[in-house]
Amino acid sequence: MRRDIFQAIADPTRRAIITLIALQAMTPNAIADNFNITRQAVSKHLRVLTECELVKQEQQGREIYYSLEIEKMKEIDRWLDQLRKIWESQFNRLDQVLSTMKKQKK
Amino acid sequence: MKNNLLFDFTVDKAAKTVFITREFDANLDLVWDAFTKAEFLDQWNAPAPFTAKTKAMDFRVGGRRFYAMISPEGNERWAIQRYTSISPKTNFKMFNAFADKDENPELPGSEWDYTFSEQNGPDGHPVTKVNITIYNESLARMEKMIEMGFTEGFKMIMHNLENLLASLSQK
Repeated sequence: MRRDIFQAIADPTRRAIITLIALQAMTPNAIADNFNITRQAVSKHLRVLTECELVKQEQQGREIYYSLEIEKMKEIDRWLDQLRKIWESQFNRLDQVLSTMKKQKK
Repeated sequence: MKNNLLFDFTVDKAAKTVFITREFDANLDLVWDAFTKAEFLDQWNAPAPFTAKTKAMDFRVGGRRFYAMISPEGNERWAIQRYTSISPKTNFKMFNAFADKDENPELPGSEWDYTFSEQNGPDGHPVTKVNITIYNESLARMEKMIEMGFTEGFKMIMHNLENLLASLSQK
C-alpha cells in the first residue's frame, strides 16, 4: 500500500524525528534516547518514514543509520515556486482587471 | 506601486492547507465583484496561458459555478464550485471539485475560504486585502489542482510531488 505522505508528517513525533536526523544521521537507539517512547515505537515511526521515502538507511558495521533525503530540498523549492507563480500570474491579471473596472466606474 | 502590495503564500503540508494573502489596489466593492461575478472571473481566474470560461454561475448559498480552464491548444478542464456560505463583501466559502464536461464531479474536492477587508493604503487610496485558505482532502487532489495550471514540462515534477511534499517538513 502506498502511504499518504501527509499521514507521515502529521504525527508530531515523526516531525521531531525528521528534525533530529536533519542534523545528522542517527541510529534508532540514538533517536529513541531523545524521546520518552519505546524503541519499538521509534522503529514504527522510522518504518513509516522509510516507506514514504522521507528517510534513507545506511548500514555502518552492525548499526543502521537513518538520514534525510536532503537532495529533495531543491525540488521542493522549485515546486513551491511554481505553485506560487500560478497565483502570482492570476493576481497580476486581476490587478489589470481591477484597473479597468476602476476606469469604467469613473 | 504594485510592489508595495502584500503577497503572502504558505503551504501547511500536515494540515493539507494552502494559505494565500494578497492586497489589491482597489476598493472592496470592486474586489468583491472581481471574485464573485463570472464576467470578471473569466478575465483573470486562470494562470496564463490558460483562460477561464464560466458556463453557468449562480452566486448564492447552494448555488454553483461551472467553468473550464482552457489551454492554448483548446483543451478544457472543467470544475464545479458550490457555494456553501456567503457574507456579502466579507467572506464566502465554496467547495471546489474537478468535473467532466457533463458536470459530474470528481471527488474528493477542496474547501475554499475567502475573506475580504478594506484598508487605507499609504497614499490614502483604499486597499483591499483578500485572505484565501484552501483545504484539500487528499494529496492526489492537491496534485491535480496544481497540475491544472501547468505545462507539460512541469508535470514531470508532479510525479514526485508526494516525495516533495514530504520533504517540506525538513525546512
